Amino acid sequence: MARVLVGVKRVIDYAVKIRVKPDKSGVVTDGVKHGLNPFDEIAIEEAVRLKEKKIASEVIAVSCGISQAQESLRTALAMGADRAVHVEVPQAQYDTLLPLHVSKMLARVAVDEKADIIIVGKQAIDDDSNQTAQMTAALLGWPQATFASEVTVADGNVLVKREVDGGLETVKVKLPAVISADLRLNEPRYATLPNIMKAKKKPIKKLTAADVDVDLAPRQQVLSVEDPPIRQAGSVVPDVDTLITKLKEKGHL
Amino acid sequence: MTINFFNVRKFYTKAALYKNVQLTKDRFPYLKRGSYSMVDSTDIEYFKNLLGVNNFVTGEEVKSYNEDWLKSVSGFSKYVLKPKTTEQVSTILKYCYKRGIAVCVQGGNTGLVGGSVPVFDEVILSISAMNSIISFNKLSGVLVCQAGCVLENLMNYVQNEGFIMPFDLGAKGTCQIGGNLATNAGGLRLIKYGSLQGSVLGLQAVLADGQILDCLNTLKKDNTGYHLKHLFIGSEGTLGVITKVAIQCPNSPKFVNVSFIGLESFEKVLSFFSLVRKEFSASLSSFELMDAVAIKSVQKNIGIKCPINDNLKFYVLVELSSDNNYISHSIQEFLEKALDEELILDATVADQPSLIKNLWKIRENIPESLLRYGYVYKYDITLPHELFYEIVPEIRKRLKNLDVKAVCGYGHLGDGNLHLNVATIEHNVEIASAIEPYVYEWTSKYKGSISAEHGIGFLKSKYLKYSKSNLEIDLMKKLKNTIDPKKILNPYKIFPQDEIN
Ligand SMILES: Cc1cc2nc3c(=O)[nH]c(=O)nc-3n(C[C@H](O)[C@H](O)[C@H](O)COP(=O)(O)OP(=O)(O)OC[C@H]3O[C@@H](n4cnc5c(N)ncnc54)[C@H](O)[C@@H]3O)c2cc1C
Ligand SMILES: Cc1cc2nc3c(=O)[nH]c(=O)nc-3n(C[C@H](O)[C@H](O)[C@H](O)COP(=O)(O)OP(=O)(O)OC[C@H]3O[C@@H](n4cnc5c(N)ncnc54)[C@H](O)[C@@H]3O)c2cc1C
Repeated sequence: MARVLVGVKRVIDYAVKIRVKPDKSGVVTDGVKHGLNPFDEIAIEEAVRLKEKKIASEVIAVSCGISQAQESLRTALAMGADRAVHVEVPQAQYDTLLPLHVSKMLARVAVDEKADIIIVGKQAIDDDSNQTAQMTAALLGWPQATFASEVTVADGNVLVKREVDGGLETVKVKLPAVISADLRLNEPRYATLPNIMKAKKKPIKKLTAADVDVDLAPRQQVLSVEDPPIRQAGSVVPDVDTLITKLKEKGHL
Repeated sequence: MTINFFNVRKFYTKAALYKNVQLTKDRFPYLKRGSYSMVDSTDIEYFKNLLGVNNFVTGEEVKSYNEDWLKSVSGFSKYVLKPKTTEQVSTILKYCYKRGIAVCVQGGNTGLVGGSVPVFDEVILSISAMNSIISFNKLSGVLVCQAGCVLENLMNYVQNEGFIMPFDLGAKGTCQIGGNLATNAGGLRLIKYGSLQGSVLGLQAVLADGQILDCLNTLKKDNTGYHLKHLFIGSEGTLGVITKVAIQCPNSPKFVNVSFIGLESFEKVLSFFSLVRKEFSASLSSFELMDAVAIKSVQKNIGIKCPINDNLKFYVLVELSSDNNYISHSIQEFLEKALDEELILDATVADQPSLIKNLWKIRENIPESLLRYGYVYKYDITLPHELFYEIVPEIRKRLKNLDVKAVCGYGHLGDGNLHLNVATIEHNVEIASAIEPYVYEWTSKYKGSISAEHGIGFLKSKYLKYSKSNLEIDLMKKLKNTIDPKKILNPYKIFPQDEIN
C-alpha cells in the first residue's frame, strides 16, 4: 500500500475581494478570511479516497508557511488526513517564498516520510504559479502526471486522465510519482464538526526550513503589485445594426 | 484567476420549465373579465410615442411576462410598457385611468401567489427599466433608488460602502426592491433586522389616476400625520405603483458565521432553537429549517450535495453576524457540547465567505429544486412554534394514495414561518382539493396566518377570509375604492372577484 503526501497551502478565500496595499508591496492579508487552496482540497479528497479504497496506507498533509498554516492542516486532518507536517516559514521569508523553495521542502519531506505518491493542487489561487508539482517531480527524479481529472492506481502504476485542449489524455506513470489535481478530479467533502473534534488528537509535526536543509534566500524581488486596470463602463445599443456600425467605427470589424 | 468553483454560479432564478401554462381564464372558468376598455390602435400609438419602440414590448416576447415564476397562472396580455421615469409612469396611468384600461404592475416576476401577471388582458406595466440608484448616504446608511433595482445589485452596491441590505431572499438575483415592498417580503434576515415596515423610511408612488404621491422621506423619525407609506408596503400593486424607495441599511457585520446542522427530531430542533436564541440572541441573523425531503430534492434535482450526513430527519442553517470575532469560537464550542449531549447529530461550521455562500445555496435552492418536479402547491404559513411542523405529516397522510413527488416543510423557523410545499408532475384537481381549504382551515384553527410573507395575490384571494375578519376586509375594500375608484390597478388580486365588484 502506498503512503500519500499532500501539499496544502493557506490562501485568501476566493470569495474575498482582493485589495492591494497602499505601498504596492503586496496585497492586504491582515483581517482577511483565508482558507485552503481549493485545488489542494481536491488533492486531499483524492488522497483520502485512495485510503478509503485501501490503496493508500496513510495520508500525510504538509504545509510550508507561517504559523496560521496550521489552520489549513487542521482542515486537512478533519477531511481525513492521518497526520501533518508543518514546515514553519517566518512571515518575512514567506513574503518572498517561491515555488522552487516549496518544491525543495516538499521533496525532502517526501523522502524523509517515505512517500510513494505526492498529490498537490495544480496551482494555488493566490500566486497562480503552477510549478510546484513539476519542480518537485524533477528534484526527486520521479515521473509526473499533472492536471489530473481521474486517478486510478494499479500494480505499481498510476493511470491519470488529464484534460487537454483536444479532449482527454491518459498517461501512465510508475510509482513513486507526483500528481497535480485539476478542478474536475472530485468534489471535496466538508470538514464536519465531529471530524474536526477527532482531528484535534491527530499529530502535527513541526519543522523549520533548516531542518529540511532548504535555503530560503529570495531569488526574486517584487517591484510593485498593481490593481488591474478598471474596465470602462459599457453601453447598451438598441439593435444589431448599431452594434455593427460601432464595431466598424472602432476598427474591430 | 477566473475559475468557477463547483456551484459558485451567480444565483439567478427564472421559471425553470418550458411548458405551456394553462390560461388562468380557462383554469378558472367562473372568472369574468371586468368591463375595462380594450387597447386600440390609438392607445398603442400613444404608448409607443411616449416610451419609444424599445420600451414598448409586443409579440412573442410578451409570453414570459404573462406567466408567473411557478408556471401556475398565465394571462394573455399583448402589451408590456417599460417606463424609465416616475413621470412616464404618471403619464401612463393618467391615460389608462381616463380610458378605463386595466393595468398589471410587474417587478421581477418572482412572486409566488400569481399577483405579478395579468389574469386576462391587462396591460403589463413592467418596472424593470427603472433601475437607477439615486443616492446613498454613508452617514445615515440611507439608500434611495428607483423601484426596479434588482435586490442583488443593491446588495453589491451597499456592500462596497460597508453596508448590507436589511433583508435577503432566495430570489435576490431577479426580484426588485419595488416588488419586495409591494409584497412586504420577509426573507432570511427578518429575525435580526425586522420587517420592511421598519426599515423602509419612505417611498414614492404613483396613484391610479396618475398623481405622484411623494412620501420619499429619508429621516429615521417623522411623526407628522398618518404613515401613508405603510399602505403601499404589502399592497401588491393594487393601490399604486411604487416608483422610488428610501431604505435604511445597517452596517455590514464584521464577522459572519454559518453552521449547517443535522438533527433527528422536530422536538430537538425546538430545544436547539431555544438554546441558540438564549446564547446568541444579539447576533442571530437567520434560523432556517429544512426537512429531509427538501434536502433530498436539492441533492437530486440541482446536484448540490449535503455537507453533512444526509440521512437525518431535519437540518437547520444558523447564521450569526456580529462585530465580535468571538462568535466563531463560541458557536463551535456550543455545537461541540450539543454534539456531546446528542442534541444534534452532525454539523459543519463556516466563517469563510466561499463556504458560507455554498451552505446558503442549499437553502436558497429548495424552491427551484421542487419546481423541477413539474408543479408545486405552495403554502406559506405562520404558526406557533410548537405546531410549526405538525401540518407536514398531516398533509402527507392525506395525500398518501395520490401521485405526489414530494411533501416537504422548510422555512424561517426563527420567525415561525413554515413553507409547506407539495410537488407533483402537473396541476391536478384531486390533489388540490385534498390540500385546500384543509390547510387554511387548520392554520386558521390555530390562529396562524395563511400567508406569512408571499401575500394574497390572485391564487390566495379566495382564502383571505381565513386570516382577516369581515370588518378588516370591508375596510380594506373601502381603502381600495377610495384610492382607485375605477379599479384599474391589478384587478382580480387580493379580493375575490365577486367581492370587489
Ligand atoms: C426562489 C424564491 C425565493 C423566495 N423567497 C422569499 C422569501 O424568503 N421571503 C419572501 O417574502 N418572499 C420570497 N419569495 C417571494 C417574493 O414575494 C418575491 O420574490 C419578491 O418579493 C417579489 O418581488 P418581484 O420584484 O419579483 O415582484 P413581482 O413578482 O413582479 O410582483 C409581486 C407583486 O408586487 C407587485 N409589484 C411589483 N412591483 C411593484 C411596484 N414597483 N409597485 C407596485 N406593485 C408592484 C405586483 O403587482 C405583484 O402583485 C421568493 C420567491 C422565489 C422565486
Ligand atoms: C416627560 C416626558 C417625556 C417624554 N419623552 C418622550 C420620548 O422620549 N419620546 C417620545 O416619542 N415622546 C415622548 N414624550 C411624549 C409622548 O408622546 C407621550 O409621553 C406618550 O407617548 C403619550 O402617551 P399618553 O398615554 O400620555 O397619551 P396622551 O398624552 O393621553 O395622548 C396622546 C395622544 O394619543 C391619543 N391617545 C391616547 N390614548 C389613546 C388610545 N388608547 N387610543 C387612541 N388614541 C389615544 C390622544 O387622543 C392624543 O392624541 C414625553 C412626554 C413627557 C411628558
